[in-house]
Amino acid sequence: MSDPLFEFLCRLGDNTLVLGHRVSEWCGVAPVLEEDIALANVALDLIGQTQLWLGLAGEVEGQGRDADRLAFHRDVWDFRNVLLVEQPNGDFGQTMMRQFLFDSWHLSYLKALMSSSNEQIAAIAEKSVKEVTYHLERSTDTVIGLGDGTEESHDRMQKALDRLYPYVGEMFLSDDVDAAMVAQGIAPDPTTLRPAFDAHLAQVLGEATLTKPADDFAHKGGKTGARHSEHLGHMLTQMQWLQRAYPDATW
Amino acid sequence: MYAQMIKSTGQGVKSLDEMEPEERAFQERINAGGKIEPKDWMPEGYRKNLIRQIGQHAHSEIVGQLPEGNWITRAPTLERKAILLAKVQDEAGHGLYLYCAAETLGVTRDELTRDLLSGKMKYSSIFNYPTLTWADMGAVGWLVDGAAIMNQVPLQRTSYGPYARAMVRICKEESFHQRQGFDIMMKMANGTEAQRKMAQDALNRFWGPALMMFGPSDADSVHSAQSMAWKIKMNSNDELRQKFVDLTAPQAEYLGLTIPDETCKLNPDTGHYDFAQPDWDEFFDVLRGNGPCNTDRLEARNKAWDDGAWVREGLMAHAAKKRAAKLAAE
Ligand SMILES: [Fe+2]
Ligand SMILES: [Fe+2]
Ligand SMILES: [Fe+2]
Repeated sequence: MSDPLFEFLCRLGDNTLVLGHRVSEWCGVAPVLEEDIALANVALDLIGQTQLWLGLAGEVEGQGRDADRLAFHRDVWDFRNVLLVEQPNGDFGQTMMRQFLFDSWHLSYLKALMSSSNEQIAAIAEKSVKEVTYHLERSTDTVIGLGDGTEESHDRMQKALDRLYPYVGEMFLSDDVDAAMVAQGIAPDPTTLRPAFDAHLAQVLGEATLTKPADDFAHKGGKTGARHSEHLGHMLTQMQWLQRAYPDATW
Repeated sequence: MYAQMIKSTGQGVKSLDEMEPEERAFQERINAGGKIEPKDWMPEGYRKNLIRQIGQHAHSEIVGQLPEGNWITRAPTLERKAILLAKVQDEAGHGLYLYCAAETLGVTRDELTRDLLSGKMKYSSIFNYPTLTWADMGAVGWLVDGAAIMNQVPLQRTSYGPYARAMVRICKEESFHQRQGFDIMMKMANGTEAQRKMAQDALNRFWGPALMMFGPSDADSVHSAQSMAWKIKMNSNDELRQKFVDLTAPQAEYLGLTIPDETCKLNPDTGHYDFAQPDWDEFFDVLRGNGPCNTDRLEARNKAWDDGAWVREGLMAHAAKKRAAKLAAE
């Protein structure tokens, strides 16, 4: 295993990088103008957080790679994001359900990171918490509004939940990297965040008149990099294209 | 500019003597540099004309998201991605302010949107051109936002209050966009051989369409004369085009790029740049729907609107349920 702190920072930065990219795919084609603006806000926050996390990862690694180098010049197996965030946008409902599930985990994880023994991490977390609090408010409202909207919107949101729920579990898995972070007081054990997440989920799904899938099966392999979905490679072909095609250029 | 070929009443401009007292008071207020506000009396032609003009401008901001949105997922660095995304977000915001300004004239955003989607209302011809390389993000900011500013800065003084105020907010952001575009062009023009080639190619493709943004010469147009009397148009198309060339040509030189017009040179006698007219046949083709991207742009907007219908309906249904529940609780 490479330096666990580097791995850990890549996990945080790749989550925001990949999700920020996905959300930015909505640019100009959202259901209403206000959503175009709101989605761009979320994507912008996530890209900004990526710059901080991957910037710090590069510093920790100490091999001269900056955030852009990490974002644009690694291949699929080096990405450490959870599988949830690389899932395709689908319809607006699927996008917002993915956002809600991620935001719920993200906010509680960031709040815990605010008391990290690593000051730089605590500072990035503190800045991010402000942004992600707003993301969660919005995604929660949208999931409730569409779940408890028309019959069609309800059915689409239920489908989105059924489609994405198998990717929730991975966010709460703990492995050697997490154990190393817990040992150094850098980050919480993700498993400890699950009960609060479940309680919040139950409450929101109740208001949204949606039903949590009975099966708690969880796909995994994203945050370890062992096995991403096929979707990530396609995203990278777009995201990294210019950097790869013109490696000697600066932009 | 974002509003092209706006037709007014088609009648000549009336003199003050020919006007009824109401209209005379209205015109005198405009002549004195005063503002007309939504509740004030206004001639029907003024209202209709403004709706067309503001609506077309708003649609341009909205459709204008597409050619730049085309490169967000391929932006070459995180910072460039963030800047471009923020820019496109600004354009959506401009659309929103302008639809709000239009709504004060008694038309809804949904009505205007339907007219855009059906092709009844137009948006600026410039957004029917494709963005083919990253240098186009530079060229669009530099030339397209640059041309828009030429037209919009004077419109900050337009006679209709809500429109003038929207323009003040918009202009601040547009000049920021223009600088960002120029910054991309600088990077490209001073970059590798391939980047320089992209930059020149972008200028070659966008120069003519940028000049067309001001519309054909309107020196003899009755529509323009009326719009100018109403101060919803502040300068002639040719005046603005000349100003744009005078400002842009030295910038191209600074970048080391060549404007695709051999006649474009500073004329020592006039102190202005000479330049060749763009291909007006092409311009009218684009207006008729035959630009390179008209079909794609309208298809994309229609698809976004249709795909979003269930979302809008769902959120409205939920809001109605909440209102009903609140009422029942009272
Ligand atoms: Fe704009
Ligand atoms: Fe614009
Ligand atoms: Fe702009």
